[in-house]
This record gives sequence, structure tokens and C-alpha cells, in this order.
Amino acid sequence: MERLKIATVWLGGCAGCHMSFLDLDEFLIDIADKIEVVFSPIADVKEYPEGVDVCLIEGAVCNADNLELIHKIRARTKVLVSFGDCAVTANVPAMRNQFGLANSESVLQRAYIENAQYNPVIPKADGIVPALLENVQPVHEVVHVEFFLPGCPPPADRIKALMIQVLAGQTPKLEGVQLKFG
Amino acid sequence: MQIEDLNAIAEKHIASRKKIIVRTCMSAGCMSSRADAIKANLEKAVIEQQLDADVEVRRVGCMGFCGQGPLVGIDGVKEKEILFEHIKPEDAEAIIASLKGMQTNLEIGDPDHPFFAKQTKIVRANGGIIDPEKIEDYIAVGGYEALHNALTEMQPAQVVDEVTKSGLRGRGGAGFPTGLKWGTVAKSPGAKKYIICNGDEGDPGAFMDRSVLESDPHLVLEGMAIAAYAVGSDQGFLYVRAEYPLAISRLQIAIKQAKALGLLGSGIFETPFNFNVDIRIGAGAFVCGEETALMMSVEGKRGTPRPRPPFPAESGLFGCPTLINNVESFANITAIIKKGGDWYAGIGTEKSKGTKVFALTGKIKNTGLIEVPMGIPLRQIVMEMGGGAPDGRQVKSVQTGGPSGGCIPAEFLDTPVDYESLMKLGSIMGSGGMVVMDDTTNMVEIAKFYMEFCKDESCGKCIPCRAGTTQMENLLNKIIARQATRRDLAKLEELCDMVKNTSLCGLGQTAPNPVLSTLKYFRNEYEELLQPDTFGPGVTAMK
Amino acid sequence: MSARTLTVDGKQISAEKGASVLQAATEAGIKIPTLCHLEGVYDVGACRLCLVEVKGVNKLLPACTTRVAEGMEVSTNSERLNKYRRMTLELLFAERNHVCAVCVANGHCELQTLAYSLGMDHVRYDYIFPKWDVDNTHRLFGMDHNRCILCTRCVRSCWHIEGAGTKNVAGRGTKSKIITDLNQPWGDSESCTECGKCVMSCPTGALFKKGSAVGESVRDRDKLEFIVNAREKKQWNA
Repeated sequence: MERLKIATVWLGGCAGCHMSFLDLDEFLIDIADKIEVVFSPIADVKEYPEGVDVCLIEGAVCNADNLELIHKIRARTKVLVSFGDCAVTANVPAMRNQFGLANSESVLQRAYIENAQYNPVIPKADGIVPALLENVQPVHEVVHVEFFLPGCPPPADRIKALMIQVLAGQTPKLEGVQLKFG
Repeated sequence: MQIEDLNAIAEKHIASRKKIIVRTCMSAGCMSSRADAIKANLEKAVIEQQLDADVEVRRVGCMGFCGQGPLVGIDGVKEKEILFEHIKPEDAEAIIASLKGMQTNLEIGDPDHPFFAKQTKIVRANGGIIDPEKIEDYIAVGGYEALHNALTEMQPAQVVDEVTKSGLRGRGGAGFPTGLKWGTVAKSPGAKKYIICNGDEGDPGAFMDRSVLESDPHLVLEGMAIAAYAVGSDQGFLYVRAEYPLAISRLQIAIKQAKALGLLGSGIFETPFNFNVDIRIGAGAFVCGEETALMMSVEGKRGTPRPRPPFPAESGLFGCPTLINNVESFANITAIIKKGGDWYAGIGTEKSKGTKVFALTGKIKNTGLIEVPMGIPLRQIVMEMGGGAPDGRQVKSVQTGGPSGGCIPAEFLDTPVDYESLMKLGSIMGSGGMVVMDDTTNMVEIAKFYMEFCKDESCGKCIPCRAGTTQMENLLNKIIARQATRRDLAKLEELCDMVKNTSLCGLGQTAPNPVLSTLKYFRNEYEELLQPDTFGPGVTAMK
Repeated sequence: MSARTLTVDGKQISAEKGASVLQAATEAGIKIPTLCHLEGVYDVGACRLCLVEVKGVNKLLPACTTRVAEGMEVSTNSERLNKYRRMTLELLFAERNHVCAVCVANGHCELQTLAYSLGMDHVRYDYIFPKWDVDNTHRLFGMDHNRCILCTRCVRSCWHIEGAGTKNVAGRGTKSKIITDLNQPWGDSESCTECGKCVMSCPTGALFKKGSAVGESVRDRDKLEFIVNAREKKQWNA
């Protein structure tokens, strides 16, 4: 049987969802011969490949890089899963949206100038430091997403439940407390 | 006060009238174009030209043809009235001079214009004729006779029967049979009952009730008093929005005058019937036109609606049975009592009886107030009375019912104007706003205008109306900005359905109507603005 | 006391005359989702989550303010109702800033619980991200308007259980706001008795006790019901 091509990506988020993914512990070993991780922050792959079956997306769409990557992912992936609250609701990264139109400027100002003890300067390096988007958006506001896995982070058993359904070729369906935000 | 005294007042007043009456419209519209200065100058000119023995200048209410205002009408010179249009204060001298046969080059209107000729006036019969600030003027045209007749010749149940027979339906917009409502309140047990007149007219483009209150306040008071007698109430409240200061001041004058003559108060016409009316001024919330919110406001609370049942007829103001009717509904009552329910039922269509006042505005040549028999084809109102769209443009659509109504496309202009026919087209009769749109109008923008209105006016109590209108406005903005896709349009339609079916009161339940009706008839205008969906492969699966 | 017999979701139940459909259903073990309903204060029918279908009535009726009637046939769980309920919740989540992950009520929130029980896995409407303040001026309690769903439970318990009349609603539409006294900082309120009933009644993290950890922010809603029952029905045992 051909192994399922799985990708995980890390957009604007804290990596907590990936930590939770690693909490799958021995289940990872159980499924190791059924899946192939073709792209992930924990795998050394530079370019998002073509023909991915399932991609778990952690994080909200915050900056120009996130935006470019998410469109590439959508074009090259069959099934997208919003993985964790930042991807599903934009969560904490989107709290800057409340500060109005120039929010990206004002958060940078706050972080790198007002709160800086030494050398207050907003980092700028074209082509290296991606520009912040005007507003942070959940993934499904930017591209179509097939499934949602809420939680901050989603506990390992919730990820496991989804993975088992996906591997069995079923349409994943989580219910009740498995859908709890936060 | 007895009927003889009433007749004596009328006779004395008629005898004191002069040969020629110069009527100056002093309703809000003409007042905004300095009608007060016009009247003052007319009075001055009468004295200067030594005509004061034969000529009196009278303050009157709305004459209807607001787009041609300020208006001055003259009776007693020719067989028909002479109507001067677009008058300025400096024209006063020439108008008075014309009474002596002097030529003027002022604009003279045609009293046989279809705008006037096609009207049937019941509610507005005295508008533009009597001085709204003189009770004697009202008595001289037969005012308070109907109240006398009801009190002395009819049992309360007979009054209810007469109203039921007339087929009158609520003129606030919903069209609930008035007689049925009166009967329910009359039968509701309770020692204390209230009458409320809803004068919180708030639809954009509507000014019918305003004009009635400003032009003929006693007509409404008399209607309320008859209603009070019919249902067994002794206290009425007139709820008028604060944006109508002239109406409020004329009502205050009217109540004072009626009280002074014993036509309101205790032992009216020397019967055991008592009735007092107090004015309550609305603070500018559209939702207070909704009856349960209005009652909260009268009680001094935050004006938010509550679920019905219980209906006001059973448990209304301060928990007592309450009869709440619109200004125009009450204004129909005296005619029904005087001439009988059968006479009234002879006007209009099978299910919509009597007349309806409309405020004809928008892209139309003749703007103003009209009163027409129910069932008149929309085309006659818009094309003949209104004269169609100005500047050679085509009429595209007619909006009726304000933010709760819908846009009727020009192809349905032959529809008779009655409750059922308008409903069938996805609009409503509403309170009487009629906004005409020409072929330059973008219907998506219109839908957005009304949605924004509803969002701003939502009281915030229930979630579908409060948050739903916000999201619908966002989606409409997105469509107009050409940033929306088919998915957004689908979301909008889904929200329309949800807000319509789950909102607490009429405001939310009808807020989607302008979107739904424009989608029904002008869907292409929405679709032209949509962008191709670049959302990803899942899109096809979603559909 | 006279009884009324009605059918709820195909199940025949009986209820006291004058009882609400919600009461009747709850007593019969049928759960209808609610947010603005709170045992102990009167109902306002505002959240529209408890809307039910009643045979012969073409409108949906709120179970909390609709009285039972003989022979009534109620349906509480149709596909259409559940769709509307989910949409209502989505509208609420999009309206203000409900960031469950960093909310004091995480794990004890009725909005959060309802969302997952009704299968809301994401919000399809654009988040509004409005700017709202947190009123931290009171020495014991705080009010985070970002989390407020305007259910007015706090207002009703403040007026009708405590009788202080400190809390109220100002503004219109989506800009409506729960205020203290005449829109003063809570800490300056002279009418507030510091009884904490508003905090007990809050379904979300909008009202909170200062100094307690997220895990401790369990609401003592039973206490409110107990007070009311003790006062009105002289029932002293909870």
C-alpha cells in the first residue's frame, strides 16, 4: 500500500500544536509505515512538494510568507486541515486586529521601539523578514479548508482520533468536546 | 359641553369667516422654506392693500404637493381654488395684489392635475384646509361630532362592530384587522386599559403620519377617544418621535384646547366617559415603532421589544390590556363612525378597504403626499400622479414599506396597491413610504442602504438581528467593492433566511427583505459584481 | 394546580399550567440549548437559541417565554433549528473577541460548551475584531467587554435578585454595552453592593473575580437559584 503523503506547516503560531503532535508518542511509531511526512518544520525539506494528500496547518495567516505558502499548499494538496485554534480562529495572533488599520505598524512599534531596552529599531530586511499583513486571518478565510481540528493546542488524543479516521480513508468527523476551542 | 354648544361654536366660527381665505401651508416641509415669513408678509400685504375686511390669511397644514412648496391656496375668488407654487416671502405682495385682479407671473398650479384629481381624501380631508392650531376650525368642519354620536347613540360594542364592518386594517404596515384588535382589547378583562397612538414613524422616506399630526391633530385625538370608549379605556398615550417638534407642539395645543372645551377629560359630552391623552416623546430609536418596544419606552424603560405572546391586547402597557394603533388608523375612525362601516367598506378592494396615504418620493417629478383608494394600480400613482421619473429617465423600481419592504420592479407597475398584492411581490404595504428609483439606481447599493439602516437601528437585544445585520452589511459591502465571490452571496442568502426566521421582533424579521426582493428581481446586478472564486480545489466539493 | 399534556420531540410529557416549554422539556430530560436563560431571573427571549418549532404555528417560538398548552406538539431538535443555532453561535464568536485560549472562563464557559456541543468547528463569517475595553476598576471584579454576549443575565440578576440596579445596557445594536450606573467605571459605582451575583450569572468570561485562576472560575449559579427559591418559595434546602 502506498503511504499517505502528509505535510505539517507552521504559519503564525507558537508551535504548540506541533508539540502536541509529538505527544502522539508511540502512535507515531504505529503509523510510521502508513504515512510519509513530506514537508514539516521537523523535517528538513525546503520546498513544499506537489501531490500531498493531507496537510495539517498550524497557525494563522499573519505575514506575506504565510500568504504565499498557504496558496502554494492549497494548489498542491488534496485535503487541508486547520490544525489548532490559530489556524481555525486566528486566535492570539489576531488580537492585533483590534488595534485598527495600522495595527501591524503599532505592534512593531510597541515591541521593537517602546519596549526595547537596547538598540530600538524595527527590523527591516527585504526578502528576508516578511512584511506583516494588514490583518491576521484564519486559514479558511484565505483558502478553502476541508477539516477543522480546534484546540489550543488540540490534545494528542484529538489529533489521534482525526489521524485514525484519515488513515482509514473515512471523512473525519469530530464531535462534542473534541471540538472544544481553547 | 353638549352637542348644541358644539354646533354653536361651529356656527359662530363660520360666521366670522371672511370672503376670501388665503391658505398658507405651514407644515414641516413648507416651514423649512420659510412659510412663516410668507404668512407674515401675506398678513402685512392684506393690511397695506386695505383688504382686511374681506381677506383672511390662514395657517393650514400640509396641502400634499410638497415638491412644489411652499404653497399658498386661495378660496373665494374663483370657483376652484387658486394654488400658488414655489412661493417666496417676497411674493406675498403680488399674491395679495392678484386678488384685486392684478396680473402676476408667479407659478400657478393646476387644481385638476392628476396629482390632486386621483385622490380620495378621508384621512387628509382637512389637511391644507383647516388651521391645525384652532379647534374651532376643526369643529366647523364637523369635528367631535363622531365622538358625540358614539358616546350618546352607540354602545361600545356597536362602535367595535362598525370598525369591524369597515374592514379597516392597521395602517402601520402589518395590516392586522383593526376591528378584531379593538374587540380583543374590549373583551380583555381588566379595570385599567390603555390606548396608544403610534406616531414613531421612522421609515426612510415616510412622512404621512407627520403630516396628519401637523395638519389635523384633533382628528387623531378624536379617533383615540372613540377607541377608548369602544374598549373601555380612560387613558391614552400619543407616542411621537422627537424629530417631529412641530407635530408635538400642535398636539400639545390641540390637547389643551380640547381639554378646555371638555372634549377630553372627565364626563365628556356629559356622559360618564372620561379620557385623557398624554404625549410621550420618543428619543430617536427606530425600534420604538415596534409596539412592545414602544410600550417599554412609554413605561420609561430602555426601548427594546419583548416576545409576543402575550400580545398588547392582553398584556400591554404596565401589564394592562392595551390598544395600540398607528396614527393613520386612528385618523380613519371619525369618518367610519360618521358615515358608517359599510360606506368605508365600499372603498378599496375585497380585502383592503378604504384609502391609504403614501409619501411619494425619490426619482419622481411630483413629490408629495397622496391619499388614494386601496387597489389603485401602482402605475397610476407613479406615472400619472407622480409624473414618472424626471430628466427623461425610466422608472426602474418602486420601494414600498421602508426597511421592512421591498423593491417592486417596473414590470409589475400594473399591480393593484393592496396588502396581499404587494406581499405577493415580496414587498409590503408598510406605513406608506413609496420611494421611486430610476434606471441610474444600483439595486445592490439600495439593499446596502437599508441594511445599514437596520444595523444602526437594531436595538441589540437579540443576536440574529444585532450580529446578523452587521454580517449582512459586511457581505453587501464586499460585493459592492467587487471583493466577493459566489460563496459570499450564498452566505448572504443563508443569513437572510436565518435572520428573518429567528429574530425577536419585526425589525430583524423584516431586515432581510430589501436584500431578498432585490435578489429576486435584480439578481444579475449582484452577479455582475462577483469575482471568480480562486479559493482552491475544495470549492467545487463545497457546492 | 392543573396539568397540561404536550408532546416534545415525540415524547408525551405533562407540565404545570403556566410553565414554559423550556421548563417542561427540562423536567422531562429534554435538553434545549440556552444562553440568556438563567434559573432565578425572568426570561427575555433574546439569544434565540431555544427557538423551537410548534405544530400549527408558522413562526419559531422561544421555549423560554412560550407557555405550555394542552395538546401542543413541540419539536426541539430539527435540522433547521440546529442550523440556525450553529449560525447564531458563529455570529456571536465573530461579533466580539472571544479568544478561548486566553480567556478566564476557558473550560467553564457556556458559549464555549454550546459551540462544541452543537458541532461548531469553525466560524464562517468574517471576524469583526472590534476594540473593546476591560473595566478593571472594581476592587473585586472585572468586566471584559470583549467576551460579552449581551445576554443581560448580569443586568437582570443585579436588578431583580440583588435589587441594586447597578448594571444596565447602553447604546444600540452591535455597539450595545453593559454599563455600571451611568456608564461610570465600575470601581466608582456607588450603587454596587459587591454581591457578585453578576459574576455568578455571567455565561462567559465577560465578568470575572479578580485573583482567581482560570481553573477556579467556576460560577456558583446554583446559589442564585437557591436565593430566589428561598425568598419566593420559602424553600431553604437547595
